[in-house]
Amino acid sequence: MDINTQTLYTVTVYSENHVGLLTQISNIFTRRFINIESLTVSASAMKGVHKFTITCYSDDKAIEKLVKQVEKKIDVLTAYYYVEDEIISREIALFKVTTETLMANNTIESLVNRYNAKIIEVNNLYTVIEKTGGKTEIRELFDELEHYGILQFVRSGSVSITRSKYEQLSDVTMC
Amino acid sequence: MDNRESVSGSVSLMKSLIEEGTDTIFGYPGGQIMPVFDALYDYRQKLKHILVRHEQGAVHAAQGYSRASGKVGVVIVTSGPGATNTVTGIADAMIDSTPLVVISGQVVSPLLGTDAFQEVDIVGISQPVTKWSYQVRRADEIAWAVAQAFYIASSGRPGPVLLDFTKDAQVSMINHYYEKCTSIRSYVSMPKIDRANVRKAAELINSAKKPLALVGQGVEIGKAEQELISFIEKAQIPAAWTLLGASVMPFDHPLNKGMLGMHGNLAPNQKTNECDLLIAIGMRFDDRVIGDVNTYAKQAKIIHFDIDPAEIGKNVDVDIPVLGDVKKTLPAVTALLKQADHDDWIESFDIINGEEYDRVIANEIYCDREYISMGEVIRRISEKTGNEAITVTDVGQNQMMAARYSKHKNPRSFISSGGLGTMGFGLPAAIGAKIAVPDRTVCLFCGDGGIQMCIQELGTIMQSNVKVKIIILNNRYLGMVRQWQEIFFNKRYSETPMLNPDFVKIAEAYRIKGRKVSKRDDLDDAIREMLEHNGAYLLEVDVEKKGMVLPMIPPGMNVSSVILEK
Ligand SMILES: Cc1ncc(C[n+]2csc(CCOP(=O)(O)OP(=O)(O)O)c2C)c(N)n1
Ligand SMILES: [Mg+2]
Repeated sequence: MDINTQTLYTVTVYSENHVGLLTQISNIFTRRFINIESLTVSASAMKGVHKFTITCYSDDKAIEKLVKQVEKKIDVLTAYYYVEDEIISREIALFKVTTETLMANNTIESLVNRYNAKIIEVNNLYTVIEKTGGKTEIRELFDELEHYGILQFVRSGSVSITRSKYEQLSDVTMC
Repeated sequence: MDNRESVSGSVSLMKSLIEEGTDTIFGYPGGQIMPVFDALYDYRQKLKHILVRHEQGAVHAAQGYSRASGKVGVVIVTSGPGATNTVTGIADAMIDSTPLVVISGQVVSPLLGTDAFQEVDIVGISQPVTKWSYQVRRADEIAWAVAQAFYIASSGRPGPVLLDFTKDAQVSMINHYYEKCTSIRSYVSMPKIDRANVRKAAELINSAKKPLALVGQGVEIGKAEQELISFIEKAQIPAAWTLLGASVMPFDHPLNKGMLGMHGNLAPNQKTNECDLLIAIGMRFDDRVIGDVNTYAKQAKIIHFDIDPAEIGKNVDVDIPVLGDVKKTLPAVTALLKQADHDDWIESFDIINGEEYDRVIANEIYCDREYISMGEVIRRISEKTGNEAITVTDVGQNQMMAARYSKHKNPRSFISSGGLGTMGFGLPAAIGAKIAVPDRTVCLFCGDGGIQMCIQELGTIMQSNVKVKIIILNNRYLGMVRQWQEIFFNKRYSETPMLNPDFVKIAEAYRIKGRKVSKRDDLDDAIREMLEHNGAYLLEVDVEKKGMVLPMIPPGMNVSSVILEK
């Protein structure tokens, strides 16, 4: 599938905290050949309810069908999907560069400031930079730092919250 | 607390099954399930156990049992190979929405994950093909798990559930207390009926000039056969059925216009692309029904009655979904319908079906070719049973011919592996059906290939005295594959000719009465003998080698590409 014609969706799944649910949910993606871009699992604001945040590229028809299949799983309370501007998402990225390049000029430090990133560890050998932000911002910082050589890079899955007031679990399913 | 008593996990399982109304179990013992079979020994009056010959047979038998009776089919097997042998049947039950509770043994919990003898991750393996799969590691979870299992298997869109019991859970002592499950907070078994959509559906139907109803197994599962008849009669809607919906409507109902799909009848397939309104009821627009999705019913508005929200819009776009139990949604819509007549439209089906009769059907069911045809065997047996028998099929040409030419007066009379097309399904499914409804005649039609995929179940028939009628339509080919080779692969019959054993002798070895017929003149007498015999009977009929199931719409094609003649 051509990623360029597709949209980035965030799927949020609220479920019981039961073992084995992760495979069941990821199987639904695999079977339809939809690649999971990122995935995080955590507790939600409701006691005993877990929340999966999954991002993937797809189209509106496929994502709707996929989410219905996810909802069909017995232990899933409910599932939703969003396009980017319906939610607030953050990822965290860590970059490792040599301390030598950092010292050699001022650009890296000014990049860190400009991108609202943080230097969280410095020693003789390397420096670790932490950046929390949206997908694109992190990608841009990566592109900039790449000119100076990145030793290691890692980014988390995205965590997202909707623009509505509470967790979007309907009262019906909770009673 | 009230009426708790100290029992082993295995006894707790027996008591739980009885609470759920189970009286028949299909199974096969082994090391990791022995405590359960030991407990069963004390409960054998209340829980009749049918010892099969292969665990695949146990699951198909439970499917046949469930499809014939509407009850949940129950299976008990051991761990490892016993459990993996159930997977085909479980997958079959999943795609055909058949409620089953499959119970497997498992190694003791401290050994889990150690590659212990006969340890297999059956929960992981079965998860994609079950509605719910759960490992019970403690005896005090058993009553809860069984209650959940039955509730999940039988509610909403039914399906198979697997419970994997570690051996320590089977033997430890607990206080048994049973409470039926009536809801699970994360599971909506019954979607709320949307009144607005009920109204919109009725409006569409009331304004339609050429409506067509597509009827699936959902109507039978929902026990809404009568509601369906009232619905189609009030607005005079011609109706056609999917493979699994073959016995939903009486065959002679004037609005019953035949079968849909690849080997279905010409009229309903053509009219799908002419109607102005398509009303799908408890069916799921399988690709074998729709063919080319891009040209399927494009001119029509579509209403879809279903219990499963995930089916709406899955394969075709739907204008009005009517979610819910058809037993309730159909009458709700019927109440808003105006009496209508669509006489010309209804008659137009009969003209096309008449053409099919002349060009295809007559030659098949009143064959005058040298060799016996499958269709004439099925037609004769259906007639001789007054169209009241349960028809079970295997998979292949025999299946499609049985679907086309057996007729049904009553619901729950056609049992076949639809979505999965599992060869080997027929014989054990027929056993299960006969055990579920012993007063009905059960006729299995199967091929020379498929019978050999579960032929060991003749042993079950012998041991449990199951009085099924087995009709082998022997064309000495894997006929359906051969048919595709003839049409699409230039008659290159790669690995489809079969050298077969003497089936009647095999039956004899199992003390089952049998007869082989090669001549048309002997056929009626053999059928009479088979039906009069008070016991199981195997009738092998030599049929023409290169028969064809027609009409045929090639896969993925539009009905305009239908093949009518060889
Ligand atoms: C388990 C399984 N394996 C393979 C197939 C593919 N298949 C479909 S029909 C068929 C031929 C069946 O031959 P037979 O049982 O003799 O029936 P016939 O078509 O000749 O009536 C085969 C091999 C299948 N459906 N199921
Ligand atoms: Mg054959």
